[in-house]
Amino acid sequence: MLHDNETRDLGMQIFSKRVDRYFRLFFTGLFLSALGSITLFAFISRPQFTEVGYSPVQPVPYSHKLHAGNLGMDCRYCHIGVEQSAHAGIPPTEVCMNCHARVKKDSPRLAKIRESYETGQPVPWVRIHRLPDYVQFNHQAHVRAGVSCVSCHGRVDQMVEVKQVEPLSMAWCLDCHRNPAPSLRPPELVTRLDWQPDRDPAEIGRALMARNGIKPPTNCSACHR
Amino acid sequence: MSEHARKYWRSLGEISGDLRFREWLEREFPEYASEWTGSRRALLKLMAASFGLAGLTSCRRPEERILPASRGIAGYVPGQPLYYASIMTLAGFSTGVLVETHEGRPTKIEGNPEHPASRGAATAFAQASVLGLYDPDRSRVVLREGRLSSWEEFESFIATHMKQAGRGEGLRIVSGAIGSPSLADLKAFLLERYPAARWVEYEPLGRDEELAGAELAFGRAVQPQYRFDHADVIVSLDADFLGLDCLAPVWIRQYTERRRVGPQAGSMNRLYVVEANYSLTGANADHRWRARPGEIAEVARALARQLGLAGFKVLDSGAPKWLAAVARDLERHRGRSLVLAGPRQPAFVHALVDWINHALGNAGRTIYYTEPVVRTSTKELSELAAEAQAGQVKTLVILGGNPVYTAPADVEFAALMKRVPLTIHLGQERDETAALATWHLPEAHYLESWGDGRAADGTAAIQQPTIAPLFGGRTAAELVALLADYPRRRGYDIVRDYWLRQWKGQDGEQAWARALHDGVIAGTGFRAVSVAPDVRRLQGLLAQGAAGGGELEIEFFPSSAAYDGRFANNGWLQEAPDPITKLTWDNAACLSPATARKLGLDSGDVVELEGGGRRILAPVWILPGHADGAISLAVGYGRTRCGRVGNRVGHNAYPLRTLRAQGFLSGVRLRKTGRRYPLVSTQEHHSMEGRPLVREATLDEFRAEPDFARKPEGKLELFSLFREHTYGEGHQWGMAVDLNACIGCNACLLACQAENNIPIVGKEQVRRGREMHWIRLDRYFVGEPDDPQIAWQPVACQHCEMAPCETVCPVAATNHSPEGLNDMAYNRCIGTRYCANNCPYKVRRFNFLDYHKGLQEVEKMVFNPDVTVRMRGVMEKCTYCVQRIEEKRIQAKAEGRPLRDGEILTACQQTCPAQAIVFGDINDPNSRVSQLKRDPRNYALLASLNTRPRTSYLARLRNPNPELVSEEGS
Repeated sequence: MLHDNETRDLGMQIFSKRVDRYFRLFFTGLFLSALGSITLFAFISRPQFTEVGYSPVQPVPYSHKLHAGNLGMDCRYCHIGVEQSAHAGIPPTEVCMNCHARVKKDSPRLAKIRESYETGQPVPWVRIHRLPDYVQFNHQAHVRAGVSCVSCHGRVDQMVEVKQVEPLSMAWCLDCHRNPAPSLRPPELVTRLDWQPDRDPAEIGRALMARNGIKPPTNCSACHR
Repeated sequence: MSEHARKYWRSLGEISGDLRFREWLEREFPEYASEWTGSRRALLKLMAASFGLAGLTSCRRPEERILPASRGIAGYVPGQPLYYASIMTLAGFSTGVLVETHEGRPTKIEGNPEHPASRGAATAFAQASVLGLYDPDRSRVVLREGRLSSWEEFESFIATHMKQAGRGEGLRIVSGAIGSPSLADLKAFLLERYPAARWVEYEPLGRDEELAGAELAFGRAVQPQYRFDHADVIVSLDADFLGLDCLAPVWIRQYTERRRVGPQAGSMNRLYVVEANYSLTGANADHRWRARPGEIAEVARALARQLGLAGFKVLDSGAPKWLAAVARDLERHRGRSLVLAGPRQPAFVHALVDWINHALGNAGRTIYYTEPVVRTSTKELSELAAEAQAGQVKTLVILGGNPVYTAPADVEFAALMKRVPLTIHLGQERDETAALATWHLPEAHYLESWGDGRAADGTAAIQQPTIAPLFGGRTAAELVALLADYPRRRGYDIVRDYWLRQWKGQDGEQAWARALHDGVIAGTGFRAVSVAPDVRRLQGLLAQGAAGGGELEIEFFPSSAAYDGRFANNGWLQEAPDPITKLTWDNAACLSPATARKLGLDSGDVVELEGGGRRILAPVWILPGHADGAISLAVGYGRTRCGRVGNRVGHNAYPLRTLRAQGFLSGVRLRKTGRRYPLVSTQEHHSMEGRPLVREATLDEFRAEPDFARKPEGKLELFSLFREHTYGEGHQWGMAVDLNACIGCNACLLACQAENNIPIVGKEQVRRGREMHWIRLDRYFVGEPDDPQIAWQPVACQHCEMAPCETVCPVAATNHSPEGLNDMAYNRCIGTRYCANNCPYKVRRFNFLDYHKGLQEVEKMVFNPDVTVRMRGVMEKCTYCVQRIEEKRIQAKAEGRPLRDGEILTACQQTCPAQAIVFGDINDPNSRVSQLKRDPRNYALLASLNTRPRTSYLARLRNPNPELVSEEGS
């Protein structure tokens, strides 16, 4: 009790007034650096930085440039689901063997394909284009509306090893859903990756939208369900 | 009439104005639902840990592999589901199903529209069976005396063993009911090879008494076949033909077809029920009387006398007035009426009922008789027990089933097994029987094996596998083929071979392909046989006096979750609230409020029930509308060896169920133990506060005033503070639920669970009000607590046009689609739960915990890939099956045509045996849903709130007998 009274009477100050300022400076600094690191983190963790350019090594050195580019094979020879299903699909080993039972049938680079064909075990391809589990993307709907493979996958016919070229983020999806006309072409041309429109692509797109009743949805359940 | 007369209530707590109940009701999130229960220190520790981990999650997602098949599969496109027609068999009776498979995984069961027992409907058991397929607790290995063995070892063992079997002396086989023609053929083959062997077919919930009754009445064991769609008046004596005694979902369809009325009131059938327990059928009755199970026989006799079957009409002064009214109603509808008795009733009740139907001219119209699909016999099981006790049984083969658990208590099956030197058990679980068997062999699930079966009307169909056996199981037929050294060994060969023999002279290959494609073999339904009642013998039955009832009677019912115990390890079924009691994860001794008062019992009191020197423990549940002086108890609970989900769930009733008391037991003594047991019921969860939600009238009232359902609101002047949405263009989705058709069977709830990846939360979480079912099947009582009626109302998200949930979401995770759907973006939800607070219908469900955490790979195979699996902290609710809408829309676009009405079926709608749910485009005036919404009975829930729900209800109608109404009203 006595002690309390003494303290009050003395009017003793442990910290000087200046300390207040240091405190304010310190906490402002802490806040700013936290904000800065969050902003930086948010910036560099965007799909543009983390996803684009992803090009893993595949178990079999399959070249899209050779098959789709030089040899001119249609995408749908292998990716048969693209017009009928949500998934374009990776072909069964059997499809490779349609040709490779005769062509380059002893190539060591195709050893895994032959092994898979003989044993019935799948070839463990590494997935490149991946959407989160809460997104339902449907290839069929897009391809039939006239959105080309190239819009999302780039010039696969020029890639020896496929890499992701677009961020596949929600904002990127919505850009196109809000303004679809420039990305549309006659549906029969979707797999012609080198196709160039002879006039304003938006004009072609608008005509297609009017003719085929294309109204890309922007509501949540269009993709999230 | 008291004040309760037209008031709808959900529980005794509500009607008595219990304070604890009020408190529960008024809390949006019940007890502990949201409070942090740990200490502050624990919270800080957790926070530190989460910050620490936050930096460890990598920037780039983990590597993921795509594994295409080595060889292509004809007709299969990755991402497109394939459907296979098959059958599901329960207790010997099959129902046609379509199995949806994704990438080789069966994920969903639908009814097969081509199959006469299904007509597109699937039961709750069928819906949940797909979860059973992926049950990691299923038996995976061959065991020899509890040690790991293999099929090869068993094959060589049995080959040498059967060489010494001689004529089969000492060889006994116990199986479930055999409806399968190919297995019956194999059985004949085996018995020909081993003529001294015996084969017993036993079902714990069999229909022995029904056949025995027909034998009494007609001198021939024939199976009754019902045509509910031809019956104007139905009298059910303890027969739950819409619920657990239903052999084919088509019965429900036939029954509800006759309850549909158009905008101009047509005719309706009338259902009278006399029963002890409050069954699903009783809940749908126009008149229901309570009687102890042992009194049903007296009711049957009195009815027969009233109808003049004793040779002259008896004015039985002892018979209640209502019985005379029922008899008169039956007489007015000669040839258009139907009387049925439940399988728990003794043979002579069935015989009397058969006779009554004949006397009323119903035979050949609403009821006909065929050869029985299955012949089970509890009596033969007891004979086998006697042989085993005498040491005459050397080899006992148990083909499926779990007789140690289910067999009558006085058969003492466990002791019997110990007396037999060699016991072989084939089963899907390492269950109570497997534990005592010399050999245990894993049995294949119906979704992974070949077989065949017959529907209740005899129609045969092939059961085709949709996945290779996950755990190396084999079928009963394959095991019998081994035992009998049958020339074919694989299930496929056995079944196909059998049918190719039946199709001699036809193109067998084509017939086989057709049978697989259609899921039904045309023209195999049993033909009606003509039978005539043996009147003299029946009159003898009529003359017999009443059997003296004891103090208390206990009736044994199938469980709505576990059936006879076989589904005990199925979490979907265990968590689905029982239609009447709304209990989950438990059974209970149900008794009436009056009996409970007399005995001084409250719900949750544990009592000891004693009968015939045997005792069991069970908790009490007070069930309004139950007969006085009787107890109803579901079998199938209290399993000890079924798996992690079902072990020790509920209380085992089988120890009281003896050979003479398969249906019910008289003279039961009840003793209070003083202990309490926590029973969890969902009946009070998510209440909507006594507003006029469920609306009903009698058929006559409806005729007088067709728009009675819209009266409670009066004329509403509605305005909104928010900018109103406009919905004029394109498709506008809506739903109409006909409460007059809904029978409250739970099939929709389980279909929704399977379709939408809804988690199981467990008993403790349900107690806290955290069940996740998107459809809540509200069950309301109306009238006096001792004898109330029941009304149903399935409630899911109403998809309000002016949705209150949307305006309060701080992150816009729930939004309106241009087609009127109330969308829910899970990935955007941050879990504030404001939306659930603001929802007047209480249909939003919150993931309080990560209920999918820790699932094994095999369990994940059941997920529907078209629906996101939600995690902790996310709100969810009915989406109108938006994945199905999008699937059909994309399909229609690809085919270059507009969507057709009726093309999109929500999961609940597709499976509903009563066809009570209609979904469609309300912008199309000709769609079925638009037509229903124009019906005068159509009304919206809480219309005065101006939420403008897209789901509306068609008020229920009852069709009481005018004679009885005036009496009851007085």
